[in-house]
Amino acid sequence: MLPTDPTKKLSFKRNISDGDLVIVYEKHDNMKAVKVCEKSILENRFGVFKHADWIGKPYGCKVSSHKGGFVYLLAPTPELWTLVLSHRTQILYVADISFVVMYLELIPGCVVLESGTGSGSLTTSLARAIAPSGHVYTFDFHEQRAVAAREDFERTGLSSLVTVGVRDIQGEGFPKDLTGLADAVFLDLPQPWLAIGSAGEMLKPDGVLCSFSPCIEQVQRSSETLASKFTDIRTFEVLLRTYEVREGKMDHCQTEAGTPGSRPSKRKHRASEGSQWEQDNSGSSVVMARPSGEAKGHTGYLTFARLKCVA
Amino acid sequence: MSTVEEQENYSNKNRRITWEGCSVLLDINDGDRLLFSRLTAGSIVKIGNKNYPLQPLIGCPFGSMFQVENGANGPCLSRVIPTAEASNAEDKKECDSKNESRDNRALIDNNTAQTLTGDDIEGMRREGASGNAIVEALIANSATFENKTSFSQEKYRLKKQKKYAPKVLLRRPFARSICDTYFKKYPARIGFLRVDTLSLLLSFANVTAHSDVLVVDMIGGILTGAVAERLGGTGYVCNTYRGDSPSSIEIVRIFNFGDEINKRIVRLPLADFCASSNGDSKDIELPQAASGVDNSTIESQAASGVENPTNQSDPVSMEETTMSSEDGKPTTETCALKVHKAAKPGEKASEDAIKSWKENGFSSLIIAAPEVDAWSIVKEVLPFLSFSAPFVIYHQYLQPLATCMHNLQVEKMAIGLQITEPWLREYQVLPSRTHPHMQMSACGGYVLSGTKIHNDNQPNKDFVLLVCYN
Ligand SMILES: C[S@@+](CC[C@H](N)C(=O)[O-])C[C@H]1O[C@@H](n2cnc3c(N)ncnc32)[C@H](O)[C@@H]1O
Repeated sequence: MLPTDPTKKLSFKRNISDGDLVIVYEKHDNMKAVKVCEKSILENRFGVFKHADWIGKPYGCKVSSHKGGFVYLLAPTPELWTLVLSHRTQILYVADISFVVMYLELIPGCVVLESGTGSGSLTTSLARAIAPSGHVYTFDFHEQRAVAAREDFERTGLSSLVTVGVRDIQGEGFPKDLTGLADAVFLDLPQPWLAIGSAGEMLKPDGVLCSFSPCIEQVQRSSETLASKFTDIRTFEVLLRTYEVREGKMDHCQTEAGTPGSRPSKRKHRASEGSQWEQDNSGSSVVMARPSGEAKGHTGYLTFARLKCVA
Repeated sequence: MSTVEEQENYSNKNRRITWEGCSVLLDINDGDRLLFSRLTAGSIVKIGNKNYPLQPLIGCPFGSMFQVENGANGPCLSRVIPTAEASNAEDKKECDSKNESRDNRALIDNNTAQTLTGDDIEGMRREGASGNAIVEALIANSATFENKTSFSQEKYRLKKQKKYAPKVLLRRPFARSICDTYFKKYPARIGFLRVDTLSLLLSFANVTAHSDVLVVDMIGGILTGAVAERLGGTGYVCNTYRGDSPSSIEIVRIFNFGDEINKRIVRLPLADFCASSNGDSKDIELPQAASGVDNSTIESQAASGVENPTNQSDPVSMEETTMSSEDGKPTTETCALKVHKAAKPGEKASEDAIKSWKENGFSSLIIAAPEVDAWSIVKEVLPFLSFSAPFVIYHQYLQPLATCMHNLQVEKMAIGLQITEPWLREYQVLPSRTHPHMQMSACGGYVLSGTKIHNDNQPNKDFVLLVCYN
């Protein structure tokens, strides 16, 4: 997924090959991750697609099924991955993810700790930020989820950047051998305050911690716990509103003598005399935008804090 | 997995301790005043009516807190190390406020509550009383303090503390803090780009090490700097522009980039791309000589736009003359020596790099150009992106992006098109007093994102041709 391997870098010359992970795009809200395998097929409502037909084609191309239906084949990115991964838990989405990565001040080479791993949606973006020389240590106490996450990082080619550990972080804290090594720590746990003490031990001075919690009571409690060893404690909520764009014909408003040059006062006068909006067909098209009907109204609160610098 | 070399390289880039000549963000009194400065032997900061040398900040960890003191050689900043007791005191205070029973029904505000006069305070100062001692004296001599609610007591203490015992927090200039600070103080200079919006741009454009990111940064360099920070000295961020003079990317200088990162920040006039995208690959193969004259003129023009003349005050000092030393001469010279030898960000892209982009395309594109129509840029630069590459466009207004999105759809140039508007709200979290901040920024602008597709009868064919010839 990441261009750390120059031969896997996106390019005009790079074509899809056997064994690649591609994102099959039907519609913006209908995508799927597929591992290309010469002998395999993909079947969906558009028909049957032979993987063999895809090999050698450029990324971003349109491919057809036996019935003439088509899909696009895209190179995976963490944003696309978040939309196609299998939900084993609640996951974080792009708005929270991008804000977290920015506020944790992650750059190539950083060491970041995370718990819980969940479905690895955030982990993928953490890995992108610290590649090629940094590392993500992510922990979940749920064995199966950890195994599934490891498999996913294998598929997406991130396993050299991510280590998944099985551990009860609220009960045991982070492993002692990571003490003082972390540039940043991220918590998405039901009782984050239980892990804050350990997180403080893992962080370098001035390192940043972030805790994501859906409920304000969790935030309250975490913030109280943070106060002793951290400063600059701030809580945010971030959301995205998406827009629909449509081209529409708008009828012009025509009053009898209403030429474009006529003075507004005159128009007003006429209008009050009861002239009507007259429809004509010479209306021009305009592109219009409006917010999409439904949107996420809440995901969670993001609480950030910096480890105090004690000499 | 990561070599020793990589680790060393990393610790150079992610330095957590200041050094002479480094750029810092000073946060005075908990965000009341924010200013960028460069730490040199002679640089100062003015707080109230006194000048404080910044020398004591050199060699301290970022995140250190300083208080003002009257030293033997005049006013100075000295580091405060937080103690365990201080935090216990805070805990106690919080418990108290939970059981609040006082209220302010009897409070009369008539300015007679304070018995300490200005002269008294001056006297204390002359005798060498610390700022904190003055604050305590003010509290002791306030007739109303005892009757205030603990919430107002805290407010009173804070107000006096800011005046008589100001605190300076030493912060690291990172994309986050730089963007935040500009947005707070000079939003127009960064095209009103809010930090959550900037973070979305970096995500949607899949910025990561080893990527080649094409940007149109007409917002002062905050975008270029943020991308370069994520590249960490690998790949390239290439700023393209129409005409002869690139827009200023001055803000890049506030980031503490070393040579290896600055070298990765390049520029390229759009014309240079288009010239050879007509299948005419001549000027790639031609030796420098032929175009040498032209280039140099462009370069010298560009130099005035991109690089600061060394004797000018740094763009980072957005307030007052933090750079000037006592004799009134700018102190930039001390570090100018170093800067001079160092790689400058924003040099023209090398022929090798250009050749590689022409063959392979850029891995993503980010546009932040408040004054130029989004669609007219996109249709020109999209052909330079690899197939399947993500792109993202920021604009303060919705309409230009709506039109652009519509055109991209009609021309079948991209899929996954989406316009999003980020929304960011901060909360005050305090025992029994948690609520959203009363003020928030209502507009973080709009973001159009999408993925370029391979389309047999669309642009890029010139590139394909070119590739075959090579
Ligand atoms: C909501 S999910 C995290 C989702 C993740 N941020 C993502 O974007 O995919 C929370 C995870 O925390 C794990 N968890 C809960 N308590 C834990 C504990 N004490 N120690 C470690 N992991 C824990 C759960 O198993 C679950 O997988």
